[in-house]
Amino acid sequence: MKKNLTTVSFKGTAEQEKKLDELIALHKGEEGATMRVLQGAQEIYGYLPIEVQKRIAIGLDVPVAEVFGISTFYSQFALNPKGEVAVAICLGTACYVKGSGDIFNKVKEILGIEEGTTSPDGRYSLDATRCIGACGLAPVMTINDEVYGRLTVSEVKDVLAKYQG
Amino acid sequence: METVNVIINGRSYAVPKNATVLEAAKYAGVDIPTLCYLKDINEIGACRLCLVEVKGARGLVTSCVYPVNEGMEITTNSPRIMDARRENLELLLSGHDKKCLSCVRSTNCELQKLCRDYGVDADAVGGRRQRYPIEDSGYSIVRDNNKCVLCRRCVAACNNQGIGAISAVNRGFDTEISTEFGRPLSETTCINCGQCIEACPVGALYERDDTAKVFEALADPNKHVAICIAPSVRTAIGEAFGNAIGTDTEGKMVAAVKRLGFDGVYDMNFSADLTIMEEATELVERLQNGGKLPMITSCSPGWIKFCEHYFPDMTENLSSCKSPQQMFGALYKTYFAQKMGLKAEDVFMVSCIPCTAKKFEVKRDDENAAGVPDVDVAITTRELARMISIAGIDYNALSDEKFDDPIGKGSGAGIIFGATGGVMEAALRTAAEVVAGVPFEKLDVEPIRGVEGIKFAEYKLGDTSVKVAVASGTKNANKLLKRVQSGELDLQFIEIMACPGGCVNGGGQPIVPASVKNSVDIRSLRAAVLYNADAASDVRTSHENSAVKGVYDEFLGKPGSHKAHEILHTTYVKRGR
Repeated sequence: MKKNLTTVSFKGTAEQEKKLDELIALHKGEEGATMRVLQGAQEIYGYLPIEVQKRIAIGLDVPVAEVFGISTFYSQFALNPKGEVAVAICLGTACYVKGSGDIFNKVKEILGIEEGTTSPDGRYSLDATRCIGACGLAPVMTINDEVYGRLTVSEVKDVLAKYQG
Repeated sequence: METVNVIINGRSYAVPKNATVLEAAKYAGVDIPTLCYLKDINEIGACRLCLVEVKGARGLVTSCVYPVNEGMEITTNSPRIMDARRENLELLLSGHDKKCLSCVRSTNCELQKLCRDYGVDADAVGGRRQRYPIEDSGYSIVRDNNKCVLCRRCVAACNNQGIGAISAVNRGFDTEISTEFGRPLSETTCINCGQCIEACPVGALYERDDTAKVFEALADPNKHVAICIAPSVRTAIGEAFGNAIGTDTEGKMVAAVKRLGFDGVYDMNFSADLTIMEEATELVERLQNGGKLPMITSCSPGWIKFCEHYFPDMTENLSSCKSPQQMFGALYKTYFAQKMGLKAEDVFMVSCIPCTAKKFEVKRDDENAAGVPDVDVAITTRELARMISIAGIDYNALSDEKFDDPIGKGSGAGIIFGATGGVMEAALRTAAEVVAGVPFEKLDVEPIRGVEGIKFAEYKLGDTSVKVAVASGTKNANKLLKRVQSGELDLQFIEIMACPGGCVNGGGQPIVPASVKNSVDIRSLRAAVLYNADAASDVRTSHENSAVKGVYDEFLGKPGSHKAHEILHTTYVKRGR
């Protein structure tokens, strides 16, 4: 799947940067250092901003494009921060046959953002997930820790309205 | 050499123990088809066209990464293998735009050749295909991912230059070759060297075509259109007309270019000699007056951009000399134009070079001595060959002709600029004779000749001993300069060329298929043309070139003069990463 770049502006702190630099220094020169540092960086920042990927590349003395190649290859690397309102819709088999694809499209339309991205203000993020193990409730949408089961397209608007900032 | 015995297509061969099946097949006189394989730099088994049968192995194996062992039985061309290769080609074509008719690589495309050989059905596999915008943000290189077969040879070539401006990104059906964060190539650290173009098996990478601008100028009766041709062009342009690699076709090249209708056809060797006069003077001055050392040559615009991105703290080490291309244009528009009664604005200066980075160089700031760009358009060897083709000129049937005077003259020192170590050797010849009074024939220049990536030597110039180094390929430049920065190496003079082997292997030269490049060293074959021409020259040092002397006597004064600085020198920027 093609990963979309974030439109949320970078808000890294000096403390995060210090941690990142320590991480880079720890792994520099090791075989496979890029993967380890990217993983650690995602723990520090919650995702992998462009600025962080570039700092890692220069710090480890590897091409920036190569780091970008790795961060876009593995699905576990996030290029977008989680939104304050993190919306996820299950596109696993059970949910999908129960119409979660239509729900997903409706949410996309209302929030105006693409899969795997976050609104520029950082408020909403949207993810499509594989089976989350709640097939009995299909189709399922989760928002932060709340689970909305047996959802219909017409209910989506009201559910999202509860999270307006 | 330790060998093992293998059976290839029913016959026995002794092959090196550490060979791959692909290499072993060479001993049997069999070329196994490949698309992704580039010897030493891209051995990844990705394209799956080099499939062969190995007795006892599960399924077909990729021969480019499969090692031989004692008693191995290999079949390289059974119907089963050919079916598999054909099917893989058909799958590759399902993601390809198949616009061969208008493709710059048509008839010189590795994919096209294989498809023809294997009789593929171009429409065998239907379904969705990705569509990409053509990326032509820069002056030098155009990327068209609609033709890309994801072999990653360009990525390997770029990494082999120590840059890595491009990489495979995303995965599965969405995999594409991209820059960092999908930015335009012109906004990355790409140095425009064009080694990616030379590596590409198809038409996914090519130079920005500037031939239309040249044809337009040639058709304009109010323009004086002159062309100067770099040393390395003559070593390779013959390849575009079916000549063997390493054939010197200088005379035919000049004859063909004259038939295109240029008002003057000149040899860039002249300004290479001029570069040496300025650069040798600058070196002596830096040595004597405690200037910034080591001084580093500035002829290669790919190297210059590399330095600006990766060693911004060392731009003061760069010689301030413009490259021979820019010197030629600058002098032509300021001096020769006036002599001919022409206004600089009415001169259209074309350069033909083996280089894609020169297209970027003509657009740089501080390259406009006469108030207009020193050079209007830079075309590669490939583009010149295309112009000759379009004009219907029968290249091989032409009789040899000579460059135009008075600035058609170059010395043997100027001509070897095209090979790694050549600029250094030319500069040392002049420095030895002018500064130290040592005949250049006495110089032992062997250590700085040849295609080795980094070379060192030490020379006595009078009382001073000068330690020099020569690097070609920016990855080698990177290694060398890190050692200089750390204080490990104490050098006075360094020659750096962006392309491995120097300009003869530049990114604008005719493209040689990987199957050939994997077995012969095209750099040495082409460089031999230059060294032979040098050996046959009457004048072999830049300072003895009478045309160069004339320009100093009549116009510039002496090397390094104020006027020479205004016209022949330039400035650099610190770009960073």
